[in-house]
Amino acid sequence: MTNVNVLQKTDAAFFAVPTGEHLEVVVAGHVDHGKSTVIGRLLADAGVLPEGKIERIRAQCERNARPFEYAFLLDALKNEQAQGITIDTARCFFRTEKRHYVIRDAPGHIEFLKNMVTGAAGSEAALLVIDAREGIRENSRRHGYLLSLLGLRQLAVVVNKMDLVDFDEDAFLAIEKEFGAFLTRLGIAEAVFIPVCAQQGGNLVRRAPETPWYNGNTVLEQLDAFRKPEDESARPFRLPVQDIYKFTEQGDDRRIVAGTVETGTLRPGGSVCFLPSGKTARIRRIERFGGDSPESAGAGEATGVTLDPEIYVKPGELMVREGEAAPHVGNLLRVNLFWMGIAPLITGKRYKLKLGAARVAAELVEIRHVLDATELTTVADKAQVERHDVAECVLETLRPVAFDTADVNPALSRFVLVDDFEIAGCGVVLAPDESGASVLRERVKRREFSWETGAITRDLRIAGYGHAGKFIIFVCPGPSRDRQGTETASELAKALERRLFATHKHTYYMSIRNVFGDFESPGADEVVGREEHLLQLGQLARVMTDSGLLFITVLPGADDTDLAKLRLLNEPNELFVVAAGECDLAEIRPDVTLRDSDSEEDAIQRITQGLNARNVIPDYSI
Amino acid sequence: MERLQQLESKSIHLLREAYRDFKSLCMLWSIGKDSTVLLWLARKAFFGHVPFPMVHIDTSFKIPEMIAYRDRLAREWGLNMIVGMNKDALAVGESFPAGRCDRMTCCRKLKSEALRHTLSGEWERLRMNHRTGQYEQDTDREPFTGVIVGARADEEGSRSKERYFSPRDHRSDWNVDDQPPEVWRYYKTDFAPGTHVRVHPLLDWTELNIWEYIQREEIPIIPLYFDRGDGKRYRSLGCAPCTQPVDSTASSVAEIVDELRTGKFTHVAERAGRAQDKEDGGGLESLRREGYM
Repeated sequence: MTNVNVLQKTDAAFFAVPTGEHLEVVVAGHVDHGKSTVIGRLLADAGVLPEGKIERIRAQCERNARPFEYAFLLDALKNEQAQGITIDTARCFFRTEKRHYVIRDAPGHIEFLKNMVTGAAGSEAALLVIDAREGIRENSRRHGYLLSLLGLRQLAVVVNKMDLVDFDEDAFLAIEKEFGAFLTRLGIAEAVFIPVCAQQGGNLVRRAPETPWYNGNTVLEQLDAFRKPEDESARPFRLPVQDIYKFTEQGDDRRIVAGTVETGTLRPGGSVCFLPSGKTARIRRIERFGGDSPESAGAGEATGVTLDPEIYVKPGELMVREGEAAPHVGNLLRVNLFWMGIAPLITGKRYKLKLGAARVAAELVEIRHVLDATELTTVADKAQVERHDVAECVLETLRPVAFDTADVNPALSRFVLVDDFEIAGCGVVLAPDESGASVLRERVKRREFSWETGAITRDLRIAGYGHAGKFIIFVCPGPSRDRQGTETASELAKALERRLFATHKHTYYMSIRNVFGDFESPGADEVVGREEHLLQLGQLARVMTDSGLLFITVLPGADDTDLAKLRLLNEPNELFVVAAGECDLAEIRPDVTLRDSDSEEDAIQRITQGLNARNVIPDYSI
Repeated sequence: MERLQQLESKSIHLLREAYRDFKSLCMLWSIGKDSTVLLWLARKAFFGHVPFPMVHIDTSFKIPEMIAYRDRLAREWGLNMIVGMNKDALAVGESFPAGRCDRMTCCRKLKSEALRHTLSGEWERLRMNHRTGQYEQDTDREPFTGVIVGARADEEGSRSKERYFSPRDHRSDWNVDDQPPEVWRYYKTDFAPGTHVRVHPLLDWTELNIWEYIQREEIPIIPLYFDRGDGKRYRSLGCAPCTQPVDSTASSVAEIVDELRTGKFTHVAERAGRAQDKEDGGGLESLRREGYM
């Protein structure tokens, strides 16, 4: 008999430990191999079904002249019954003496792989069902591969429908041997194999008398044998910054940095660093509504802190502890990904990458190889990643992101790619890519190569106009931080244009900040658009400055990355940076820094002096 | 981490994700235990503030204590309280209590339709004026693109398949066959114009979890859930004509928690006292597809 007692609801002990341990288990496998039957029978034998449920479904089956199947128990939705296949992950709940279970039924049909991924990504262990008679099929392997990509390491292979092979041990061992080898190559070495006849309940909860040759766990015993994944609190501290709250309208002047601790433990007092900006501060306090300030927050806890000093950080940065193993910061990522999008993943297209709390525009740089998930052989030279492909690729993000690699800290290596409002791909970062490839740099190189200009040289233009071309950028805090400051900066930029024009300089002011919305903290739909506009602005600047103009713009909330990008796009011409207010520049030093006390006249004086000092306007004549 | 802590953290994470990504966000508040827990979680997520409006759809048939309780908490917690209703249907008596339609049609008109048009801003919205304590017509008709809802997966079948972030098209339709993937902590937060997203932070909570949390946090809950001397209490709250109390002598949160732990209601659906559920083959699916909560 089995060693595990399923607690019946009539047992007082069933609810006695209401908030005990939970384990989330996904049930995967090829279509029709019997996932829903395994779960249905498990629930029935575990006695957790509502009264009369089985009887109702039996009656329904009789009416429709269909044989009763335990799978029907799960088909809560009408359309699913009509189709007769599981199309979405559904959750079922039951418990043993040891703990609570949330069982997710993942569909086996290839059309619904994204639903299978959804079920599996939220789980801590997996049952993979294989039909003993049909044997290993395409989606058996694909699901195995995806479980490994998603980070699941605890797996039980349920070899179902053993009655159809007369409970033959050799048939079972053949599957164990072949599929075991496949899983070992995926890095899942500890998979267990269980011979089962789900329709009759054999080796699910009770032992099957037909398999005396099998001494291993029943499915239920195996569920209890799965371990809770190790506590992520022991790893280096990582908190992706979800948001910054300042509810001043309600008379609350705290600036709270909020997010969920991904790994490690948060404690007040320590020095932390925000990446990629590199800003540092000390944790003043862990904030909490109602009750005292907690002394720590562990992995998985949603929390918030106030900082000392109250520096300005942006949503999307990664908070880490100084002195601990640092994550990587970069914009070239070598990744393994699974593509679910209907449109293929291609080069030359902008996607949105979500990693931790960061949302950045990203492009596919290179496909290293596409993996045939069913055979684990690689296909090189594919030009695009098709739906349901697994591929190793290089991605370039259009601004740097902070991340860990999958082998060191899986949680911070995980990302998704959004294509046209939909999550179309998911994967893990294997390593920062050091090949030096860059989509942007390539684009600039190609542009310079293909442009043809006339006979008027830069020097001739300087002689003719009395000044060089220059890209003058006013940088100021974004409107979400300082609306007035943004207004003042753009008024000043326009005043500069008027002054330069009045003294016969060739100048042009243009700002596209309205197009960006809020440049500083773009909304979800603006991440890709923002990079697009930055690119346009840079290209435009290149033409404007090359034609000898003093091209003036305002970029509220711009940071080092933005300016570095504009500098690259504007090459070989140069930038002239005017900083107004509390700017977000770390490495890049402005050519002119305005003071709060400066009047408009003072400011223009100081800017023109700066231009003069840089030899943009050789004769100081303003 | 302890289970309630786990559930709380995940819900707070989801609420913050919604607040970060949706410019026009609101939370539905039915006054029941689940959405009141959700409201409490919002106060924890945003450190004592609720930075989006609370929307209540008033069918005019709610149990009167519910409305009084709603307005009391709205005042005490400084909530941005919005109320919507199907005035036209009520004016011509198109409701089950008035006898001009069946239960399902009544739900459709007074809840689903009222909700859809209140969210889209097509119908009048009433907003509480905190100076006078009265509801006034709201001038803001901006459609809500993110709607936070207190649905739980264990309530009934169709909810077990919900996503945390679940897109609805321009007609509020739910396409069960083609739901977005949710991978790790990444949800669908991008959406095409004209669509909106339902956010379900309580999906993983069970009925027992809800009551344990109410107990732990000492959340003020409407007393209709307690036996007040007649050996009956409400287990699920709705409109007075269609909601039946259950036999129970539990008269406090602690007693309800104990009662649920004994397994008394294990084989009785939580919504068994809600008459409309029984008219649709028990699935609620057709109502939910049309935007029912």
